[in-house]
Amino acid sequence: MNPIWAIPLLVGATAGTIVLGLLSKFIDRKVTAWVQWRKGPPWYQPAVDILKLLGKETVVPEGARMTGFLLAPLLGFAAVCVAATLLWWVHFNPEAGFTGDVIVVLYLLTIPSLAIIIGGSASGNPLAAVGAGREMKLIIAYELPMLLAILAAIAGSSKNFQLGSLISVSTTGIAATIGCVLGFIVVLMCVQAKLGLVPFDIAEAGCEIASGPFIEYSGAPLAILFLTKAMLFAVLPIFVITIFWGGFAFGSIGAAAASIGKYVLVLVVLTLVRNTNPRVRIDHAMKFFWFIMTPLAALALILSMC
Amino acid sequence: MGLKTWALKKSIWLYHANVGACNNCDIEVVDCLTPRYDVERFGMQIAESPRHADALVVCGICTRQARPRLQELYRQMAKPCLVLCIGSCACSGGIFRPCYHFAGPVDKVIREVDPEAIIAYVPGCPPKPEAIIAGAIKSLGALPS
Repeated sequence: MNPIWAIPLLVGATAGTIVLGLLSKFIDRKVTAWVQWRKGPPWYQPAVDILKLLGKETVVPEGARMTGFLLAPLLGFAAVCVAATLLWWVHFNPEAGFTGDVIVVLYLLTIPSLAIIIGGSASGNPLAAVGAGREMKLIIAYELPMLLAILAAIAGSSKNFQLGSLISVSTTGIAATIGCVLGFIVVLMCVQAKLGLVPFDIAEAGCEIASGPFIEYSGAPLAILFLTKAMLFAVLPIFVITIFWGGFAFGSIGAAAASIGKYVLVLVVLTLVRNTNPRVRIDHAMKFFWFIMTPLAALALILSMC
Repeated sequence: MGLKTWALKKSIWLYHANVGACNNCDIEVVDCLTPRYDVERFGMQIAESPRHADALVVCGICTRQARPRLQELYRQMAKPCLVLCIGSCACSGGIFRPCYHFAGPVDKVIREVDPEAIIAYVPGCPPKPEAIIAGAIKSLGALPS
């Protein structure tokens, strides 16, 4: 592909993901409201929140490292934009990927968490430091089962580290199917932790450490942080569906409806898990991921390889 | 009305500060979030850090202990922002006005930091959730456009 096309592709994919991410945030908030027998916010609420934050004053605390504090949100945002571009590109042109783009996307999706750690540590607030430490432990906890489960999906279908081939090749055989379903469950749990949703929102923990790494952010940097989280809320379900559930197709009306249905179903599952669970402690979360999810993911991998 | 002000009016995040209340107003403030009143319909949410908040919801007489902390809270908020004085105590001092620990009604304490602060008063002991929501919505009209 001509490299000149990379820029419009990046801009288009970023804009599309922002719209999709804000809509997904709305679905999340509306479903939460329904679960609690409330009416919930209007459909444009997440977009208005971002707009408002962009218009507010940006406070940089006295004890903060200005460069790290202000650059960290941009770092996370940039990483999500590139990951979104790779995912969209593969969907519109399955031949387009390269060997190992699954690994590149996985790396890119870790960067927002690292950016949160950098930003929180740079803000000079003790609660932000606690939050950053918890985020770090959470990454150590969920990365291993997530990688194992994705490996199970790859072993069960195309045996090729390429997003395009994962979409086109489907799993055959009973053992491999069971393995992939197990892997899907494990990955959904890991996505919950990656998005910082409730059973694993240990790093932010609203009423405990006052939103942790985000505590000192205000105005435009906070808007970028929230936008990054909203985009992740769209990109991670797309990534999971691409790997485990055959990706998206918009060739016919039926295929398009099925794609949208898959996406909304994953979103609603994430939201319902978030609404029906209390926050766990960080050591419980690590035990859960290492001693329950990792063996499950290993079992999935073994089954997929049979 | 510019886009900035419109967005601000549609998305007010509240930071709840108790500066010596009897807990009655706090209960009524939390009532606004319950299914019956549901302020999220208007985009209002509880913010966890004063840096994220657009409105400081103050309950209680300002005690001598709480006074510097309330002023610090106001300084920490990103401007433009609102202050909502909930209850008779926050508005005037109420029945605790002659007490030794009373350090001035909330509006005076805030005005020492920022004479231009936008302050809304919701009297009552405690005010009804309807009154709190009405006060919050009315105070939006005072935002600079």
